[in-house]
Amino acid sequence: MTVVRPVTFDAAPFLAFMPMSLVFADSGVILSIGPTLAKLRPAEEMIGKHVTEVFTVRDDGRGQGNGPIPLDTKLYLKFREGVTTRLKGMAASIPGTGVNILNLSFGISIVDAVADYRLTAGDFAHTDLAIEMLYLVEAKSAVMEETKQLNARLQGAKVAAEEQAFTDTLTGLKNRRAMDHVLERMLRTNVPFALMHLDLDYFKSVNDTLGHAAGDTVLQAVAKILMEETRSDDLVARVGGDEFILIYNRFTDHTRLVQTAQRIISRLEVPVPYQDTFCKISGSIGITTTDYYKVPTADGMIHDADLALYSSKYEGRAQATLFDPAVHHDNAVAYDASQDKR
Amino acid sequence: MHGMINRAIQCFMRDTYGADTWEKVAEKADLGFDNFEAMLSYPDQITLDVLGRAARQLHKPVETFLEDLGTYLVSHPNVEAIRRLLRFGGENFTEFLFSLNELEGRAQLALPDLEVPTLKVEHIEDGRFRLSCSSAMPGFGYAMVGVMRAMADDYGALVFLEHQGWMDSGEEIITINLLEAAYTEGRSFELSERIGGEL
Repeated sequence: MTVVRPVTFDAAPFLAFMPMSLVFADSGVILSIGPTLAKLRPAEEMIGKHVTEVFTVRDDGRGQGNGPIPLDTKLYLKFREGVTTRLKGMAASIPGTGVNILNLSFGISIVDAVADYRLTAGDFAHTDLAIEMLYLVEAKSAVMEETKQLNARLQGAKVAAEEQAFTDTLTGLKNRRAMDHVLERMLRTNVPFALMHLDLDYFKSVNDTLGHAAGDTVLQAVAKILMEETRSDDLVARVGGDEFILIYNRFTDHTRLVQTAQRIISRLEVPVPYQDTFCKISGSIGITTTDYYKVPTADGMIHDADLALYSSKYEGRAQATLFDPAVHHDNAVAYDASQDKR
Repeated sequence: MHGMINRAIQCFMRDTYGADTWEKVAEKADLGFDNFEAMLSYPDQITLDVLGRAARQLHKPVETFLEDLGTYLVSHPNVEAIRRLLRFGGENFTEFLFSLNELEGRAQLALPDLEVPTLKVEHIEDGRFRLSCSSAMPGFGYAMVGVMRAMADDYGALVFLEHQGWMDSGEEIITINLLEAAYTEGRSFELSERIGGEL
């Protein structure tokens, strides 16, 4: 014969020991709750209710016992109402009393929970590692933030250094290295493009008569014109003292290329003011495009643009010439460029 | 995608197929740099480009590539830290599976910006589990198949895994059949790295 004893279990010391715990009867009704748990939900919303009315409980099918919630196994709980707050827990029965104790902890929700419920150090058991955990998270976040900023600074410095290494400092145009790089990439990806080789005419006489400062002014004016005559995904590089290479991305229409080159030349011929005088120059251009080649190569295209450029010089300068395989490969090097530097 | 993820893809290729293969892929994907930095963030499209190029370079479907990547993350000595963190999940393979429910939260404690997929493991019936995986990166489920297969070896469990494809919602579903929990001895693991000097 079983004797039904009245519940005489004193929960107070347990709840002081485990402030996130609650005591429930075998029937599942919550009898008392710990002080920290009371900060999550008011006592009247919990005491007298069934555990599963307050929480959803999941044990991944590994628990034991026929009680309202599985005993002696890891539990995952969430509040049914309000902020869900994921909790970890474990329940055990206290023999001979008809009551059970369910101890809870925040697990990974600790950081949010401390903010959501305004918890303080006093809300955690002295043996709980929660404060150390919070300390670690804060310290880690501070270090991480510093690392992030350092990364951003280093990345910025790296980009700037690379940019400098690819830039002609006088004109702000790209340099030969940058051009080699871009040309190689475009050839690799089989993008159609045009390559223009521009050599300034009469630049040397500006340098000789008016000095290098005048020459620099002219080069800067030329750079500005060339930038205006190209689009953002084209490339303008200064590859020698007064030599420039322009790469027109996906632009191979021969007629329009010659027109563009002629427009550049006529703009170059507009005298550049320098102190109380004007600097007068012009330019010669040779053009080639990828559609002349079965397998275009950087060296081959630059060479052919050169041949076309020499034709322009030979024809009396201030001209634009389109590469013509029939003409240029037969009379290769008909013109000696070194004689032009006057 | 977070630099960690991109870096993982790079290290996988470098350690498995050699630096040359990685360089070719980086070049074909037109990255404009040779190395991902773990602590920088990159546009998602870059990651997708790299995955596509890598799969083509290695002549295998992206799914297989991702599965191999998952296996690598757990089993290669160069990335031992990942295996250790996953072993924190539990003392046996079943515990590990359920710990995947918390993986996203745990990872975010460490790296709030890291895009870890949302994983949900459910027990269906004796020894059968179902993992659903929703991620910003399509195909992450295949990487999870590789991770779980390698973790099963690590725990010494015998499992049969099957990727069931995509749901309309974009979730990937994987079924896990745990045939034997202690099939082999598995690899040893200590919470303290100082004690667990297995390598």
